[in-house]
This record gives sequence, structure tokens and C-alpha cells, in this order.
Amino acid sequence: MIVSLDPEVMQIAGRSLALAATSCAIATLIALPLSSLIHFNSFRGKRLLINVIQTLYSVPTVVVGLFVFVFISRAGPLGSLGLLFTPAGIVIGQVLLVLPIMMGLTISALRGVDVTLTDTAISLGANRFQTAYVVIKEARFAMLGAVIMGFGRAISEVGLSLMVGGNIRGFTRTLTTAISLETSKGEIELSLALGMILLFIALVVSIVLNRLQQR
Amino acid sequence: MSTSEPIIETTDLGQRFNGQDVLRGINLSIERGEVFALIGPTGSGKTTLLRLLDLIDTPSQGKVYFDGTDVTESTGQRLEARRRMAFVLQKPVVFNTSVHDNVAYGLRWRGMSRDSIRNRVDEVLEMVDMADFHKRNARMLSGGEIQRVAIARAIATEPEVLLLDEPTANLDPVSTARIEGLIGDIIQRYQTTIVMATHDMSQGQRLAGRVGMLLNGEILQTGGWHEAFNTPRNREMANFVGIENIIDGLVLTSEDNVVTIGTNHSVIEAISDFAVGDRVHACIRSEEVTLALSPISSSARNSFSGEITRMTSTGPVARVEIDCGFRLVALITNRSAGEMSLEKGKSVHASFKATAVHVIKQD
Repeated sequence: MIVSLDPEVMQIAGRSLALAATSCAIATLIALPLSSLIHFNSFRGKRLLINVIQTLYSVPTVVVGLFVFVFISRAGPLGSLGLLFTPAGIVIGQVLLVLPIMMGLTISALRGVDVTLTDTAISLGANRFQTAYVVIKEARFAMLGAVIMGFGRAISEVGLSLMVGGNIRGFTRTLTTAISLETSKGEIELSLALGMILLFIALVVSIVLNRLQQR
Repeated sequence: MSTSEPIIETTDLGQRFNGQDVLRGINLSIERGEVFALIGPTGSGKTTLLRLLDLIDTPSQGKVYFDGTDVTESTGQRLEARRRMAFVLQKPVVFNTSVHDNVAYGLRWRGMSRDSIRNRVDEVLEMVDMADFHKRNARMLSGGEIQRVAIARAIATEPEVLLLDEPTANLDPVSTARIEGLIGDIIQRYQTTIVMATHDMSQGQRLAGRVGMLLNGEILQTGGWHEAFNTPRNREMANFVGIENIIDGLVLTSEDNVVTIGTNHSVIEAISDFAVGDRVHACIRSEEVTLALSPISSSARNSFSGEITRMTSTGPVARVEIDCGFRLVALITNRSAGEMSLEKGKSVHASFKATAVHVIKQD
């Protein structure tokens, strides 16, 4: 089925990739500046905030799904936008799901930069922004790792896509929701094919992550 | 080429970490164009002081003046002053990029044009003998090479003040000689004001004209090298500057600036104005002690007989330990030691002048 590039399987795989990539890109745009802001500023409750972010790493996908469902269902505050059971709804959910892990790992990456490098930049005459630029540049590979981890979490989640996307064939069906459905229908062969694609994507993500961490 | 105008001045500067004073009451004046060495043992506060002078850290108390302006508080003024200085940290780190970019950073931050940056980077890399290293990743360099990149990076900005923190710590002798040569070149070529921290007395002496002795967070004295070596302020500093003969005693007589100091078994004459009854340390540099096989009549007012208890030889110099009621160490040439056939157990006469004794009051 994979070898014959079954159009439906390929479409589902493509959709999964596109949704996870979109969510990841949006989450990156939010997480990187927000994490930098948290890292480079001292404020009351900073440690607590970081603890909360780290706790949210393991928030169950169904909890995020429920939260988003309540917000975008017809009776919810964003109900008028008609986002429930749409790819956009899934993207919103995935963004919320991966934000904590991306932010937490980005903050860790920035903290991991040798403090002597910050001192060196300051002593060379860097102002606050130039110093931040140097630190971010030094942490770039670890920060990219955070993005890839976020992508991994987005593409592998199932509960959220089921609840918010509705697993609509040809519209919001993703690799994970399809596996769930096909298995319950007894279509083990199809489920295995989809599972292998998912594993292959996970493998690529893992290889890229490893290579980045070696730099 | 010093003028009398100070480029950096500190008044009552202090730094506290976790409720503990790391630096106290630092009043320092660095003149434009001078090479000033901060010496003191590890943990004496040298790095903390350099960080305050470079305006990386804010002091807990006191003020820092740069070129006559108080730059202790204002962020803008601190940045402006910092851009007229450069600091090579004790363990320099390089940015994870090319050697060229490492050197170029400081220039970019000063808004220099791309062409000017290229020319300047070429010039300084040439100076540190790393002209072929432009594209190399700086993280892949050896310790000595990283130190040279750090110095190139610092001098690229043509600082008015260059701060160096133990510039040759952790380097092998060849790299050390190379870095020292480089610092010498910078002094010659740019007449930059240099403040360097070192625990290597001889290195400080080779490079700097004036010295500040830092101990337990306080500057005990500033002045020339002769003063630092021969007239330390307290016992700890005397130890640090390499005075091996520090003999405890009590002032027995004091007349016309000549005192006699009673030790356990002997009396030492010295030039000092301490009063009778004062508890003091008599400090004698081991190179001031002369040895002979028989008593000699000389101007040396202190002469003691004793037995050699230990002899070691380093390079052209022999270090002889003598028990003459108290332990006395003499440094003589190996040649003299050979001529006198000195060896362990042999009786000798040790002498030193009253003027060679530096007297410090006991704490």
C-alpha cells in the first residue's frame, strides 16, 4: 500500500505533515520571542512561570482538545468562526499543545549558553539587543531542537485531532486519527501502513534532532 | 608614556556577593598610557575588580570614573565607556562562528562599515599571527589560539583601555611567551592603557610599570615593583611576593631608626622606626643573604653561623636552607655553591645587611 503510493494514504500523510508543519511554524513564531523575553528579563515569578511551562509539557492532548472544543464549538466564545471540525481548529489545538514544550526547551537552550559568552559580548560593547542576538545565535541548534520536538508532538497526537477535527474523511483525517478508526474497523493492514509512515516521519525527526545536537 | 590624567578612577569601590564583601574600599587611579598590574593570590578579588572597571558588573558601593565622568549608574554612559575599553577574560570563550566573525563582532556593534571591518580584521589577525585563520571555526582552535583570537578581538576595536585577566593562565610555556610578546607589541604600537591581573609576579614585572597588590579584596599598596618586592605591607603579602625569610621577633632597642629585633635565639639589626616592645616580622629576601665558609668582616650587620639543612638547585641558582637558631634561606649562584663545596650538614656563615631587613608589624 505504501509502495503503491495509495492516493488516500498519501493524502492523509500529506495532510498530517501540513497540519503539523503549520502548527509548528505558528508556535515557533510565538514561542521564540516569548521565550527570549522570559529569559532575558528578570521579573517576579519568573521561576514559577518556567515551572508552569515545564509542567504543561505533559498536558494530555485530550485536555487541550476539550479546552479548544469548548472555545470553538457553536456555543463557545469563538463559535461564530465555524472552526470546529476544520483543519484550522486542529492547528489551533496543536499550537496550544506544542507551545509549552517549545518555550520550555527554548528557555533551557538559552540558559545553556555559557554565561562567559554573554560577558564577552557585553565587554565587546554589545547593547542589550546585540547581547541577546549573540546568545540566541549561540543557542540556535538547541532552539531548532525545540522546534523539532514540537513538530514531533504535533504530528503524533491523536486525541486533539479526533475531538476538534472530527476525523472527517478527505478533510480532517490525519495519520493518527485514521489509524485509530481503521483499527477499530478491523482494517489492520491499512492501520499498519499508516503507522509505518508515522514511524518513518518520527525516524526522520529523530535523525535531524540528533545531528543538530551534535553541532 | 604616562601623563598625569587618570583614565580610570575608583573611589571607595566595593562589591558584595551573598552578604560577603569580595572587594572593599578600592581607591585606584589608572593613568592614561600606563601598564598597571594587579597582583594577588587566587581569590583575592582581581577578576571582580576588573569586571567592575570594565563596567560589566555594577558595584555594591563606591564609584567608577572613566575619563573624568562618573559612569557608575547610567546604562547609556556605561555602554559608551565600555565601548572605549576591551576586556580579555581569564578563560576566553569564542563565539561558535568563524575566526573572522569573532573579531568582527565588536566592530559591527560600533557601526563600522563592511570594508573597514574587513581591513581591520585582516590587520589584527596579521598582528596575532593568524592571518590564515579567517574562515576557521573558532571553536576548533587550541587554547593558545583561542587566547590570540580573544586578544585580536579586543584590540580590533582600538580600545583606550585594555583589561587582561590572567592572560596566560592555563597556557603552555611556548604559548605564554607568545602572548607576552603580543602584549608587549600592543604596548609599543598603540600605547594602550593596560590593566592586567596576574598571579605571576615575574610576568607582571616584565610587562607592567606599576603594580597594585590585592589581598582579601583590599588593595594593600600600589607603587613600583621595587617597593612591591621589598616592602610588602603584611606577612601574607610578603609570602606572596616570595620573601622566604620571615622571622618573628620583638623590638628590643630602637635608636636613630636602627632597631634590634630579638628572635628565639638571636638578635637581628634592621632599619626601622618601630618602638621598643613592638611585635614584628623581620623579612629578608633570600637573595640578600650571603654565605661564606668563615666569618667575614663586612658592612653587613647581621651575621649568623649555622648548618646547611637542605640544598636544592634550580637552573643557575642554588637554594640553601640554614639552621642558625632560626631557619634562613639563601639564594646563591650554583657556581659559588660549587666553589665553597656546599652540601647538607656543612657549617657556614650567613650574613645580610640591616638595610636588607624589611620590618612589618605583626597583625
